[in-house]
Parts: sequence; structure tokens; C-alpha cells
Amino acid sequence: MKQQRAIAITIFLVCLLNFPLLSLFNKTVFIFGMPLVYVYVFSVWAVGIIVIAIIAESKNVEETQEHE
Amino acid sequence: MNIQKNIKVLIVDDEPNILLSLEFLMKKEGFIVFIARDGEEAFDIIKREHPKIVLLDIMMPKVDGYEVCRFIKGGNETKETKVVFLSAKSKEADIEKGYSVGADLYIPKPFSTRDLVKKVNMMASGVVSQ
Amino acid sequence: MNSYILGLISIYYLAFLFIVAYQAEKKSKNAKSIVSNPNIYALSLAVYCTAWTFYGSVGRASTDGLDFLAVYIGPTLVMFLAFPILLKIIRICKTQRLTSIADFISSRYGKNRSLGVLVTIICLLSGIPYIALQLKAISNSFGILTRSLLNSNILVDHTFYIVILLILFTILFGTRNVEATERHEGMVTAIAVESIIKLIAFLAIGMYVTYWLFDGFEDIYNKAKLLQAAKKNFVVENESGMSMWFWHTLLATMAFLFLPRQFQVTVVENVDEKYINRAMWMFPLYMLLINIFVMPITLAGGIIFNGQAVNSDMYVLSIPLHFSDESLAILTYIGGFSAATGMIIVETIAISVMVSNNLLMPIFLGIPASKDLINLNPSRVIQFMRRFSIALIIFLGYFYFKFITEKYSLVSIGMTAFVVVAQFAPSVLGGIFWKRGTQKGAMAGLVGGTVIWFFTLIIPSLVSSGVISDKIMTEGLFGVSLLKPYELFGMTGMDNISHATFWTLFFNIVLYFFGSLCSKQTSIEHNQAVLFVDVFQYSKGIENSVVWRGKALVSDIMNLLESFLGTSRTERIARVFATRNNINLNTRYADARFVNYSEKLLSGIVGTASARMMVSSVAKEEEISLNEVVEILKKSQELMAVNKELKQKSQELKLLTEQLQAANEQLKFTDKLKDDFLATVTHEIRTPLTSIKALSEILYDNEDIEHSERQHFLNTIIKESDRLSRLINQVLDLEKFESGKVKVAKETLNLEEIIIDSIESIEQLAKDKGISIITKIDKKLPKFEGDRDRIMQVMLNLLSNALKFTEGNKGTITITAYKQDDNLYVNVIDDGAGIAKQYQELIFDKFYQAHDQTIKKPKGSGLGLAISKRILELHNGEIWVESEVGKGSKFSFSIPIE
Repeated sequence: MKQQRAIAITIFLVCLLNFPLLSLFNKTVFIFGMPLVYVYVFSVWAVGIIVIAIIAESKNVEETQEHE
Repeated sequence: MNIQKNIKVLIVDDEPNILLSLEFLMKKEGFIVFIARDGEEAFDIIKREHPKIVLLDIMMPKVDGYEVCRFIKGGNETKETKVVFLSAKSKEADIEKGYSVGADLYIPKPFSTRDLVKKVNMMASGVVSQ
Repeated sequence: MNSYILGLISIYYLAFLFIVAYQAEKKSKNAKSIVSNPNIYALSLAVYCTAWTFYGSVGRASTDGLDFLAVYIGPTLVMFLAFPILLKIIRICKTQRLTSIADFISSRYGKNRSLGVLVTIICLLSGIPYIALQLKAISNSFGILTRSLLNSNILVDHTFYIVILLILFTILFGTRNVEATERHEGMVTAIAVESIIKLIAFLAIGMYVTYWLFDGFEDIYNKAKLLQAAKKNFVVENESGMSMWFWHTLLATMAFLFLPRQFQVTVVENVDEKYINRAMWMFPLYMLLINIFVMPITLAGGIIFNGQAVNSDMYVLSIPLHFSDESLAILTYIGGFSAATGMIIVETIAISVMVSNNLLMPIFLGIPASKDLINLNPSRVIQFMRRFSIALIIFLGYFYFKFITEKYSLVSIGMTAFVVVAQFAPSVLGGIFWKRGTQKGAMAGLVGGTVIWFFTLIIPSLVSSGVISDKIMTEGLFGVSLLKPYELFGMTGMDNISHATFWTLFFNIVLYFFGSLCSKQTSIEHNQAVLFVDVFQYSKGIENSVVWRGKALVSDIMNLLESFLGTSRTERIARVFATRNNINLNTRYADARFVNYSEKLLSGIVGTASARMMVSSVAKEEEISLNEVVEILKKSQELMAVNKELKQKSQELKLLTEQLQAANEQLKFTDKLKDDFLATVTHEIRTPLTSIKALSEILYDNEDIEHSERQHFLNTIIKESDRLSRLINQVLDLEKFESGKVKVAKETLNLEEIIIDSIESIEQLAKDKGISIITKIDKKLPKFEGDRDRIMQVMLNLLSNALKFTEGNKGTITITAYKQDDNLYVNVIDDGAGIAKQYQELIFDKFYQAHDQTIKKPKGSGLGLAISKRILELHNGEIWVESEVGKGSKFSFSIPIE
């Protein structure tokens, strides 16, 4: 379960952090004085870390032992 | 026959019909016969009369035959009393147990009256000779 | 700043690391392992962030903008995918006792030696320049702080002394144990501490720049907007920028997995697989934190040094120096120093294991004289080789830095190294997910990828340094225009690294797949392939790699192990293994499993290829056909399935045994009951028989008996005969109940009728005895289902018992019947002798003469009550008695209406 969730999240993140989705935010727009694309990449990154942390640290009974 | 007139015989059995036949047989031989229908009655008579021979059933209500036998062989005044077990229990273990509690003779039921009379008479003469 | 002071600071820092590592080693010896901690593990992964990160990120950000982040986004994604990839690699290395990426690849593809050599060489090619890069960073930062020029005389070059110290440190904490599988706790702890230091240092300089020199992010960006040069940093430039982002992310993804130092900390030094759970988010978080201030520092540097010739790679040092904040500059120096030393230490340990196991050891074992030396003190020999390799690698790095990098451009050394390391990806990832991958495929892919790497990245750097003519760049190899290193097959529009990444991986993957599909696996290859791909199935099983078949003397194998592990350890290991696998080691020839296990143990010390050589030197091997291998593997898989089934079966068997035991107890009990019953019946039959026999004999022997007495005796004989036949009938009746032969009829019955009928049949007897009978039967009793004759039998039995025990002339028998709830109740009450408490249960039993029991139950009850009880049971009813001695008895039974 844990494994599947992590894989799904990662695939989603790969899409978010790549062309063409990334180019949607690749504009000379500033948020809080910072370029949009930086704010975007860092926020996606941070949210990804939080989500994965929640998944990884969850006490899953069948975790790591059964992977196949 | 006359010699035996003074010898007291106690018959202990809970079956009235067996008592009936035993009483007849012993009286006919000239013994003084006492009858008890269970162990407790037997104790009283033994204490009172000191019979020389006791014909004893094993399976009885209240107190069983083994107990009565032990009582007889354990008492100072009655330890010379001859005990004959008459029992429907006929397994070897039962007979052994009968002898182990001090019986002088063990006759399984159903018994032969002639044989019984002969053996009791022999026992009675042994008693007399002492 | 005085260079001696800075030199001293560097030495103090290394001394501090010594203490940290030493303490950790000491604690681990006392079994209080510090490394057994998921946080330490996660932090140690940050060895990924080298001086290249510390100084170079700012430099790269200033030229390529957002792209500098690709190198961190890639590893982040890999960490998120730790479960299917990293965990599998870790598990494989643990079960196979693999200690390096070279071992991993050579072991996967049939323990092939040349693959191990190739991988080692590739690691050296990527590692040496990378180490040189770190040394250059140390040297440059030192130079900037002391404002001194680099000295080409190594004896006055402080970097040389730092190199010596690093070699000492690495040897001390990297070669403590000959067994490479044993973890380097001191080293790992030191690396984790270094990770914290470099993060703190970088955050400090970042905050200093952003909040001290400027007014936060917004301020920096607003000021930077005015700079023409900074514009390109705000967005990713057009499509080539996007493709660069993609390729660089992909490249970093693969490099992160297979960089020797990364493989060392992530896989080899992993203490517990569960630590992955922590590392998979903590390490990405670390990378995010260390990158937050990169862009502000880059832009600040651009603003501060606008128009000046200041190397952007060194902004983190130049900015505090520019504002004369020396202490901050020193902190930054220490941060960069720790990033560099951490990388050098781990990378050296990782590569040295490969070099000594895959290059030196096999060569050494090939020398005839080596045997004697090995036998003399093998662990000494291994330790020496390890130490020699460490010194060699660091010196090579130093000389590369000293005499080559000074002439060549350093900019892309990091990325160039990444590209060549990424060549391991097809062989490793293919190897753990695809069983069909073969040795030839792996070899072809690796060689192909490396050749393309050399052509697309190394040749240009040689050209730019003037070693070879630049003709090749403009006209292509041999003048073929399709073979230009930067525009292979005419591909343009990509940066050099993306271009190289694409072509190397393209050739590598194609060659790997086609090479695999076009070649056959040997038996050992197939075996390894299955063990790798299905590691989660096999690692749980027993010693299952049983492909080896041959003859080896137990004493030879033991000698081999003893020379590496010592006598006592060898004996202990052998004993444990023998017990665990139920093997007898007192035979002349060793069990195949033991030989296998020994090879694995040795490969943890000297590497896969060397271990194989040593074992085959003492064993006569027989080649096993592929079919046999398949059979063996199938069997071990079946065995596991069977095992599982067996476990379940034995569980069932246990349950069955328990049931059987219970049944047996029950049987024994019933057997005893039968015995008791037989004894009872015998006794019961003998009693009337005794009377009949005795009385008959008396009558026969005494013809002169009085008439009345004779009549009495004859009457008794008749009565006893009746009793006998009744008894026999009862026994037969009971037997029928016992064997379930009795079938009760289901008729609709009227209880009142039955009671009245039964009373009628004993009325005369009662009258004769002078006993009165009273009935109290409720009117309108409901009808019920049952067997009339059987219920009648119960009633009669109860009534005749009551009659028997009630005293004549004054006794009374009361019969009541009523309905309550869903039951009909019948009571038969007498005022006779009563039954003592202890017999009240007994009288319903079919026997009373239990073994050794000589107390009789009240006379006359016979088997009638036992039969009544069974009749009622068949009607789902109950029967019981309440009684008090001297006051009478109350027999009751109940029958449910429905």
C-alpha cells in the first residue's frame, strides 16, 4: 500500500516538475517579489516532501516486509 | 454335629433371598446363626456376639464387606474369627483384594451349597480344635 | 587572513572529525551504535552535496538559472521511489553480501570478472576528476581567504598536507575491518556531522546575504531586475532550456543511484532497511534547504560585484570578505571544506574497495608466490591492499588537480562524471527487474555507453585543452560530418551534457537489450538473475543458491575461511550454519550449500570475483546445465510453497492430534464405562442366580423339608427368575438405546391419558400393599409429540419404584402434572425411605460398580431409571429427583411441547 502510494505521488510530481506543465509557470511574473517558476518548483518540492513524509512515516503493518 | 452347636455364625448380605438360603443351610448344620443386612448391622452383632465364623458379602449399601473384614481382623477379641467372602465379584483382582484384607476364604457367587457347607464345617472343626 | 591560521583551522576541523568518528567507533564496539539511527542514515546521504554544491550551485545558477536545481530534483524523485528501487538493491546486497557497485554488476551477470574490472575503471574515471574537483575547491577557497596565489610546489602547498591527513583519516576509519560488509560506523557518523555543518554554514551565509545585506528575497529580486545579466535567471529560456531541465534531471536521477559514494552510504552502510522511510523525505528536505538561498546569493553577487571579474563559483566566500565579515567567511570555508572532505572520504572508501577487490586482488592471486603470503596472514594482505588503494586514489585525485585541472576547464567535471556513472543504469535497473538481461548485453551496453561518453565529452575537453586538433569538432571523426562530438549524427539544439546523456544512454540501452536478447545465459548467470529479480521471494528462504555443484574438502573450505576470519569465528559460523541448515560438517566433502555460503562470506571480504577464484582453487567444479539450474530454482520455489503448506498442515495435524487425543480419552472413558457396565450387569445377574441355585440345591438335597417352607423357597425361585429375565430385557433395551437403534415414534399424545393408564396398571398392586394414590393433573394439558409406549415405560418405572420404596398400609403416592412455559412436567412423589444425596445422581446411571467402588446404590432400582433417562433424552426432555432420607422422594420429568 505504502509503496503504491509513493509511486503514484512520484509519477504525479514528475509530471508537475517537467515540460509541458512546468512551462505553464515559466513566465516573467513575480510572486512575493520572486519569479513564478521558482516559487512553483520550490512549493511543489516542499509539498511533495510533506506528502511522502506522511506516507513513509505512517505505521503500516505490512510495510517494508512484503514488497512483491 | 452336636459339637458345633455352640459355634456362632454371622451371615451378612443385603439380598434377602440369599440370606434365606444361607440361614437355612447354616441352621441345618447346627450353628447359632446371626443375620445382618448391611455392614453397620454387622458391626453391632460382631461387637456383641463375637461370632467365630462370618459369611460376608462385599457389595452392600453403606459399608462394604472389605470394611467389615478389616474391622473383624483388626479387633483384639475378634481377630481369630474366620471370614468367608461370598461375592458376585469374581475377578482375580477382587479375590486377591479379599485375601489381602484378611479373609480366610473367598467363594464366588453363585456357589455350590454342598461345597460351602463342607468348607464351613471344616473351618468350624478347626476352630474347635484350637 | 594568515594562511597558517586557516591551515590550523583546517587541521583542527579534521581533528574534530577524528574525535567524532573515534567516539562513534568506540560506542559501536560497546554495542551502542550511533549509526543505528535513521536520522544519521538520512544525513549521511547528504554526502551527495559536495563542494560542487556548496560553491558550484551559485556558479551554475548564475549561468544556467533554474537548471542548477535539476541536480537535486532528480535525487528527490529517486528517494520518493525508494521502495521499488533502493530497497530492492539494498536487499540484494545484503543477501549476496555485495559491497560495491562493481560487485553488484559483476555478481548479477554471472560473477563475471571482466565486468567488475570495467565497472571499477568507470568508477575511477568518474571518481578521480571528481575528487580533484573537491581538492580544487579546498585550494581555491583557501586561496581566496588568504588572498594568496596557488603554489605549484607541492611541499609548500597546504592542500598537499590536507591530502595526507585525509588519507590517514580514510585509512583509519575505512579499513578497520577487512570485511567490507561490516559498516564503517565512525566514518558514517563523521559524514552525518559534516552534513549538518555544511548545511548550517550555507544557511548562515544565505541569511546573512538575504536579510543582513539585503531586505529579504523581494529586495534582492527587485534590485536584480535592474541588471541585464540577471534577467535570464528568472525564467527557463525557451525549449532548449526545458529539454536541458529534463535531461539533467534524468541524469541526476541515475547518477544519484550509482555514484560510488552514494552507493556506499545508501546501500552498503545501510544498517536497517526501515531507515529508508526516514531518508526518503529527510534527504530531499535537506536538499531543498541547502538550495533555498542559492538564487538570492547568486543575484546578490551579481549586484554587489556588478561589472567586476569575480568568479561566481566563489560568491559565498567573496561576499562576506567584501564586507570584511571574516568570521562568517571562515564559517563558509569550513562548510565548503566539510563538503569536500566528506565526498573525498566516502568516494575513496567506495572506490578503494572496488580497486582492491576487482583489480589488485585478482592480479595478486594470479601471482604464484601470492599463495604463501595469503596463507601467512590474509587479512593483513587485504588490509594493505585496501590502504594502498586509498592512498593511490587520493593521490591520483591530487595529481589530477595539480597537473591537469589547472590546465583544463573544471566547469563540467561534475556533470561529465554524472554521465559516465549513469551508464550503470541499464545494467543495474535491467538487472533487478529483467531476468533475461545477460552478461554480454551488460558488457556491450557498458562499453558502448562509455565509448560514446568518451567521444562526446572527453574528446571535446581534450580538444579545448589543445591535446588534439579541433578538426574533429568541426569536421567530425575521420572527416565524417555525422561524427562531430557535440553534434553526433547531426543532432543539434541540445547542450553538451544533455546531448551526451541522450546518446550514451541510447547506445547503452539498445546494446544492453539487443545484446541480452541475442545471447544466452550460462547457468550461473541465470541463477544470479533469478536471485536478483526475485530477491524478496528468495531472501526469506534458506540458503537457496544451490547451483554450485562440485567437490570440495571440508578441511579446505574451513582453512580458507579460517585464514580470513580467524579460527574461532570460522568455527562458530560453520557450527551455526550447519545447525541452521541441518548439515553434517564431519564428512570428508563439504555440502554444496556450505561451499556457497563460504563463497558469499569471502565475497564480503575480497569481492565476488576474487572469492570465486579462491573457492574454485580448492574445489573441483562440475558444470551444471541450464536445465538443472532451472530445476533447482523451481524446486526451491516449490519447496518454499511446500514449506508454507507444510506449516499449515502441521498446524492442522496438531489440531487433529488434539482432537484425536480428546477422542481417545473419550474412548478410554467409554471403555471404562463399558467395563463398569459389564461388571454391574454380571453382578446384577449373579445375585438372583445365586439365590436360585442355592435354593434349588437345598430343595434337592432336603426332601424332608416342610411344605410351607418348600412353597416359600419355590416362590422365591420364581421371583428371582422373573427378576433375572427382567434384567436381561433391560440390558437389551439399554443396549438398543446405546447403539441408537431405538426409534421413537412421533405420535400426538395426551399426557393425562398416559398417566391414568399407567396408574390403572399398578392400582391393584398398590391396593394390595395398602398404598393410596393421589393424582393432581391440570385440566387441558396440551398434546405433545412422542412415543406412547416409551413414555408409558417411564411412568410405570417411576410408579413401581415408588411402590417399592413406600411403606405399606400408610404410604401415599402423589402424581402431579402441569404445563409451564413450553414444557409439560410430571412429578411422582412418595413418602418412602428417600435417597441420600450421594446417590441421587448415581441412580440414573446404567452402572454403579465403578472400579474399586463397592458401595451399592439403593437396591431395586435396577436399570429402569437409566432407561427412563434415555427415553426422555430422545424426547428432548429431562428427568431428575429431589429427595431427603426419611421423608420421601420426588421424581420429576419434563417434556417440551414442541
